[in-house]
This record gives sequence, structure tokens and C-alpha cells, in this order.
Amino acid sequence: MKKARAKAAAKKTRVKAKAKAKPTRASGSKKEEVLLLVGTMKGAFILRSDKSRKKWKVEGPHFRGEAVYALLHDTRAGRSRTFAATNSMHWGPTLRTSDDNGVTWSEPGPQTVRFPAESGRALAQIWQIAPGRATEPDVLYCGVEPAALFESRDGGTTWEPNKGLLNHEHQPKWQPGGGGLCLHTIVLDPTNPRRMLIAMSTGGVYRSDDGGKSWRARNSGVRAQFMPEAQRYPEFGQCVHKVVHHPSRPGRLFLQNHWGLYRSDDWGDSWKDIANGVPSDFGFAMQMHPHDPDTVYIVPIEADMFRATPEAKLRVYRTRNAGASWEPLTRGLPQSGAYENVLRDALTADSFDSAGIYFGTRSGKLYGSRDEGGTWTEIANALPPIVCVKTGTAVSA
Amino acid sequence: MITVELPKALCSYADDKSSLVLEESCPTVRDALVAVGRKSQGALDRIMDEQGDVRRHVNIFVNGENIRFLNGLSTPTRDGATIFVIAAVSGG
Repeated sequence: MKKARAKAAAKKTRVKAKAKAKPTRASGSKKEEVLLLVGTMKGAFILRSDKSRKKWKVEGPHFRGEAVYALLHDTRAGRSRTFAATNSMHWGPTLRTSDDNGVTWSEPGPQTVRFPAESGRALAQIWQIAPGRATEPDVLYCGVEPAALFESRDGGTTWEPNKGLLNHEHQPKWQPGGGGLCLHTIVLDPTNPRRMLIAMSTGGVYRSDDGGKSWRARNSGVRAQFMPEAQRYPEFGQCVHKVVHHPSRPGRLFLQNHWGLYRSDDWGDSWKDIANGVPSDFGFAMQMHPHDPDTVYIVPIEADMFRATPEAKLRVYRTRNAGASWEPLTRGLPQSGAYENVLRDALTADSFDSAGIYFGTRSGKLYGSRDEGGTWTEIANALPPIVCVKTGTAVSA
Repeated sequence: MITVELPKALCSYADDKSSLVLEESCPTVRDALVAVGRKSQGALDRIMDEQGDVRRHVNIFVNGENIRFLNGLSTPTRDGATIFVIAAVSGG
């Protein structure tokens, strides 16, 4: 059965997107495209621009009516493969791929990311697709709901669950947050192939130092506001919303919690509060600067009981000193009447020297900055609710 | 012989066919769906999850009756029966 699935999954039937999208082409020469991959509750949109990132061509929706919680553009090992985790309310979740930068997509075949029958679990949603290390170009990871980690070692054709997490002794006590019991964050140590870290809501942060065989909860100092007062710092059970790090300084982690903003300088062994000067330490989204290990972006949200930007102002906050202080970035963003929310994977960055920062809101607005957050422009304003924004660079013939 | 009528959304999983004819013996709806899986695992994966449960927003009718109000997947299927797979009231 497994061989049949793999064979069927490998046999990609390409289907043309209804958007009839065509990549930007320069006659007779290759052209570099900047991609913005936007996942919404009703499909995926692909935005294309040149390196100036001034004008964006919007294509989509791909996968009409299906929620797209995770996207990835993978350019390792000479490939240019885009992954999309789609979820039909009727027909369930599917992992789909495109090898032409989102113009055509694989026809979904047998479900490749699936729990073993003996686990008693069934895939509800794929929340994260993450590339493996540069030294392992055929390795990919998926974080899913109910909380589990899947690994592919053949470029995404076949997937296996990580048994250390699947059978973890804490697993029966992990509880779903508002979005479901999701494993949404995967952080790899680029220098140590045996070390990786994941985060889930709710369960918290777990780290493996033996290549994924065993996992230890790493939540010391992280608050669980929703627990009785005497139990607010448990070993696990925190509702961690996002963790980021910079590959040049991988042991330093930043964490946006369900109430709480933290930094760790020891790969999660301990966490300290860095909510210095933010209007709220509640929030979902968090993004590392692509070049500076001291610079992080967040979008504070007023409260769990009122998930909207504080004071009805849409503000991205940035620290440039690893959390010692935070500054609001507002130029070009609405500063009145903006009751917005930005979800955990809807804030991202590109890798240009002057980094582009992008985010999408639950009300379907997409903003971008070409100067690292100094000024913002509205790229789209009436998309379906945005749950995921990722970037990529593609070369078109 | 049992006929399984697929919704348009699933035809692409079955060589663009909207009807699958099952020649083998299928005493229950579960047996019939397993037989569908032998013809198209992808179609079966969209109807049932990996625990063998019919997806929440999928309805299955046997000769006009929703199996949720009969005996579920154990609902018997007689020779000549027609099984309809239909998207439930919901959408994205």
C-alpha cells in the first residue's frame, strides 16, 4: 500500500490554475521574479514582482474555496518547487506542489501526509512546511494538526511521522488552542544536524538533541496565563504562538507567546521576558530580520479576548537590540479605526539587502515594506482572510 | 454489482469518471468504499480519513437514504444498489 501511495504521489498530473497565470517573461533572457505567496481561507494568491518590489501582479485564487495555511518555495538543489498545504472543508487536507513557480499544480492523489492507523489520529490540517538544512536538500518537514511532525527525505514525495513526538509521554495532555492542536513552528540548528526545536499550541516548545529520536520540553520561564495562578509556569502546556531565530546565531531564540514575549540565549533551556515597551505582549506573528540577528518584528494584539490591534492602530513593532526595546513602525499603516489581526504565519521577510517585510491581515489586507519596515504600502486590500504569507525568488525563462 | 456516484470534485481522482461500477461482492457500504479505494486511493482518501471515518462534511446515501441515519458504514448494500457520495451543507 505504501509503495502504491508513493508511486501515485510521484506521478504528478499537472493542472492549470483557473487563474490562467503566466510568469513574467523577458524575451530571450532569464528573469528573476520575487514571489509573495499568500495563503487565505479561500485559496492561495501568488504575487509577482521584479527586484524593485514596487509593483505586484496578483494571480489567483488557486485552490478556490480551500484554506491554505502553509506555503513554501524551495530552491535547494537546483529545484524551484512550491508547496501548498490546502484544506477543503469537504474533502480534507492535501499537500500539493508546483514546479513552475505556481502556474500549474499537482493534481492531488493519495494523501501523502497521513497518520499511521495505530496512532488513532487523523490529519486535520498542515500548519507548516519547512525546508531541511542546506546540507540535506531533499529533507522537508511538515508541522500538522493534531500536533505532530512529519519528515520527507525525498523532496516531499513521501512522508513519515516523527515517532519520538508521536509517542511522546506528554502527548495525551497537549490541548488544542483556539485554532486547534497544531504544531506550527519548526526551527533547525544549521550547525548541528542532531538539534531541532518545534513549538505547538498548546504544548509549548520541545527540543531534540539526538536527531528527532527524543524530545524534551523547553519552556522554563514561559507563562501559561490560562492556568491557575500557582501553575502558571508548567514544564509544558504553554500556548506558544511562534518561535524564530537567525541562522548566524541559532541558539538565540525569540518567542511570541499567548501572553508573553521572550528570548532565550541557550537554545530554549531558559527564557526571559523581553516585552519592553510594547502595547501588549499578546500576539501571534513574529519574524526574524533576514540579516541581523538582533532585529525582530511582531504585531502586538490587544488581548486574547479581543484579538485586534491595540487602540485600533495597525502597528508593526521592531526591536533592533534583541528585545531590550521595541519601536512602532506606522508610516503608511492606518492609525485609526484599524481593528486588525495578523496571524502567526502572516508576517514574513524577503532576503534582499534592504529587506522587504510583508504581512497580511484577517480582513484580507496585504502590506509590504521595501525599507525594513520604515514605510509601508498596501499591496492588496480585499483578499479573503489571510493566514499565511511567505516569500520566494524564482527564475523564469 | 454496485454503482458509486462521485461528486464532480472527485471525478479527477477516478480518471474523470463520475460513476464507478463495482463488480465484486460488497455486503456493506464500508466494503464498497474499500473497493473504491482499490480503484482510486486518492478518491477514498477524500471520502474517509486515515482512521476509516467518513469525513465530517461528506454525506453518503444508499438508495436515497443517508447512512448516518441507517447503520453508518455497516449499512448493507444489495446487488444493484447505488451509493451517492455528496458534499454536505458547508463550504469554503
